[in-house]
Amino acid sequence: MTDHHAPAPGPVTAQDARIAPKPPLRRFRQASWDEKLVFELGGPGERGVLVPAPDPSIEVPEIPAALRRTAPPALPELSQQQVLRHYLRLSQENLGADLNIDVGQGTCTMKYSPKVNDRFVRDPRVAALHPLQDEDTVQGVLRVLHELERLLAEISGMDRVSLQPAAGSAAIYANVSMIRAYFADRGELEQRDEVITTLFSHPSNAACAKTAGFKVITLHPDADGYPDIGALKAAVGPRTAALLITNPEDTGIYNPRIEEFVRIVHAAGGLCAYDQANANGILGITRARDAGFDLCHFNLHKTFSTPHACGGPAAGACAVTEELAPYLPHPTVESDGERLFLDHDRPRSVGKMRPFHGVVPNLVRAYAWIRSLGAEGLRAAAETAVLNNNYLLHKVRRIPGVSVPYAEGRPRVEQVRYSWQKLYEDTGVHSEDIGLRAADFGTHYWTSHHPYVVPEPMTLEPTESYSRADLDEYAAILAEVAREAYEDPETVRTAPHRSTVHRVRPEALDDPGTWAVSWRAYRRKILGESP
Amino acid sequence: MTRPRVGLVVNPVAGLGGRVGLGGTDGPERALRALELGARPLAGARATEALRALRSTPGPVVVTVPGTMGADAARAAGLAVEVVGPGARGVSADVTPEVEARRAADRPVTGRAVPTLRTTTPADQDAPAAPRTTPTDRDAPAVPRTTPADTTAADTTAAVQALVAAGIDLLLFAGGDGTARDVLGALRARHALGPRCPVLGIPTGVKMHSAVFAVGPRAAGEVAAAWLGGRGGVRLRDAEVMDRDESALRAGRVASRLFGWLSVPDVPARIQQRKTGSTAATAEASGGIAAELADRVGEGPLVLGPGSTTRAVARALGADASLAGVDVLALRAGRAETVARDVTEAELLARIGPGPCWIALSPIGGQGFLLGRGNQQISPRVLRAAGGRARLLVLCPEHKLAALGGRPLLLDTGDAALDAELTGYLPVLTGHRRVSLYPATG
Repeated sequence: MTDHHAPAPGPVTAQDARIAPKPPLRRFRQASWDEKLVFELGGPGERGVLVPAPDPSIEVPEIPAALRRTAPPALPELSQQQVLRHYLRLSQENLGADLNIDVGQGTCTMKYSPKVNDRFVRDPRVAALHPLQDEDTVQGVLRVLHELERLLAEISGMDRVSLQPAAGSAAIYANVSMIRAYFADRGELEQRDEVITTLFSHPSNAACAKTAGFKVITLHPDADGYPDIGALKAAVGPRTAALLITNPEDTGIYNPRIEEFVRIVHAAGGLCAYDQANANGILGITRARDAGFDLCHFNLHKTFSTPHACGGPAAGACAVTEELAPYLPHPTVESDGERLFLDHDRPRSVGKMRPFHGVVPNLVRAYAWIRSLGAEGLRAAAETAVLNNNYLLHKVRRIPGVSVPYAEGRPRVEQVRYSWQKLYEDTGVHSEDIGLRAADFGTHYWTSHHPYVVPEPMTLEPTESYSRADLDEYAAILAEVAREAYEDPETVRTAPHRSTVHRVRPEALDDPGTWAVSWRAYRRKILGESP
Repeated sequence: MTRPRVGLVVNPVAGLGGRVGLGGTDGPERALRALELGARPLAGARATEALRALRSTPGPVVVTVPGTMGADAARAAGLAVEVVGPGARGVSADVTPEVEARRAADRPVTGRAVPTLRTTTPADQDAPAAPRTTPTDRDAPAVPRTTPADTTAADTTAAVQALVAAGIDLLLFAGGDGTARDVLGALRARHALGPRCPVLGIPTGVKMHSAVFAVGPRAAGEVAAAWLGGRGGVRLRDAEVMDRDESALRAGRVASRLFGWLSVPDVPARIQQRKTGSTAATAEASGGIAAELADRVGEGPLVLGPGSTTRAVARALGADASLAGVDVLALRAGRAETVARDVTEAELLARIGPGPCWIALSPIGGQGFLLGRGNQQISPRVLRAAGGRARLLVLCPEHKLAALGGRPLLLDTGDAALDAELTGYLPVLTGHRRVSLYPATG
């Protein structure tokens, strides 16, 4: 709580920043191997493993001619040592989640993924399973999935859970599909063709609703920074199918009128789906069902510690009330009292989200994480995440050039979307420049989804995983870069200087003509070789 | 490689009136009065700040006119300067040795090298590159005077024409709405002689209703650098030149008028963050809005207000909307045809008849004004005849709406009852099957 005797933080001027002693930041310098692509390494005939020819006594069946390649595949030819060296070098040119103070990926919830949980995943009893095994031989892992479903139901307050979605957006799509099936069953789908969302809800909500055939109505924030309840009242009606809303939003602002939002939509006959991508600050404190929601989803790779999609396969879960349970993706894990089985016979189900049963290793990790913490531990994790976030907020808002738009002066839940607009106006240094300069100190951050609504944005989410010393170091890095921006803007504008990758050409991201996602495409598009 | 050539015109009196409470400094009397009141010229310093953002490799040559109207600011930025004017015949004593050497190197035997100029016509913003104007005509205008208070609108006009005659890739001007109008006038006169010249405003004025300005001097420099570097396919868009409507002001109303359009490098907000360019998102957005508009209107007439969004949407439907006016389109099977261009209120009333009729508008110039600025032809009578609120379609990409920062859409139809009727949450078409509910207020 606020110490009433402590001086108010007050604005810190650039002059203050200049006279402040330089903090003892680490002298980071990243490896730069100038490593070629694996296809450019090695040479003809180099091998990692020499496979011995079969003994003449062994009869090797002939591969049918129709299945044989006409030419050998263009694979790299390397020794084991070359391969190992190649990937170790690449790993040194990264700033992975286990290498840096990864609080800069706001909304991604980059919490520590406990390594002990990997032991379960690598255990042959998980690692050696095949999805086509007979159910009687996989009762153990089915029990893990079944119990994980029950745990997530308890955490959300919902009645039933599906672990079929591949990740967060897939879970949102599953929820929208269930909403569609629900109204189709009631003969109201033609009438109810509108879905309402908010500007600071994750963009996947609008995208999934549209993909499922709904029209999308977006609510902007009101003067206080909360989703505009007046706009909601104007938006709802007999055409309303559902409200898809993230809370807290990506600004870290918790919508205190969330129950009223749900009441308004229910009164119009619509359903309410809670995007819980930002659930890390409310675990064990409040539940989607308690606010009246009909559906919700979790990103297990965020809130429940499993690795993220870009750094490993993700996992999602959707949770619903009993009324919507018939529409859950199939198969579900059911019990007949003696044994567990996969139920594919669900005629009202929206169908399968993916082959087999999701990313089982990540489901095992999430299960282990929840079980290791227990109910009290989950709540402690959420409280620590909120405490960490507000500690970091207290430090970062004192850095010259930073502001915290919307809901001025109020605490945030588990993340904050800051703005460097003042610093940009003072120095010409953009938020993206600051993020790149932070890489010279061994960390980084993410700005925001596009288009930027908060100008010069920076989104930080420290989770429960980081210590006070970590957060002090992170804030000190930002303060140092801000000081540099005021005193030596060129250094920041031209950063990074001590990390491997300099600057990417972001316009190429919008230009499919430059994308090379295979060696063949690389040769054609980048090297200019004819196919 | 030929160095890019940036034209620079500074209106040294722009902004003078702001801090001394005089408002704009249109006309020499106000400028003199502002100086008497202790106003200090700011335009030159802000132009210098913009040009500093251009000090990259290869640095550009600043083609400008003498003294406070450009050369002083350009030199202060440390850039190579080429001063034009009748006395210099295109090459003045102000040309640095470096510039002179490069000019000699660039100049082929038969004439100066002609680099690529991206040009645009109002009808086709995405026109392919065409050769730029060459300094063939030396119809040098009167030399601009250099004492700040002495400079007039005619000086700006003359300077712009001299710069275009000298051959430039982009015209930067430092000033406000009045200066933008002078630039527009000069280029209109020039337009008959050659392709339109890309323009960007460095905001230094008091009144800045126009959409031709960058958000600040440094941003102007960054956008100019992105354009000159040709990076990421920066294209041009038509941006509104607006100014205060003095007659409305005398009648006690604050209003602004649309005077025309200038071609401005299109660096959307998100790209500007990254200082490079692409308009993919914008093209996508206007295509989506066009599809939604076609769905809603179906078959029948549509009154289309002015604005960069409405023009892009019309183009996506296959119609060429007029530059600054209100048009009537006929929609059918997802395509549009222009039925009448640049219509007056009376013509609109005649065409709408007893109604109903759809009216599509876009907030103009980033100010949030939906009605009563630049589209007064769509009068209260027209709006009522068309069917009022139920027939009003607001078109705006989500990022442009978000850039209003929560400020409501503004209504000033001149009819308080109608403004009240339209006040409230309006559905804004942001894409195909997508709307934002956004507050509008009179």
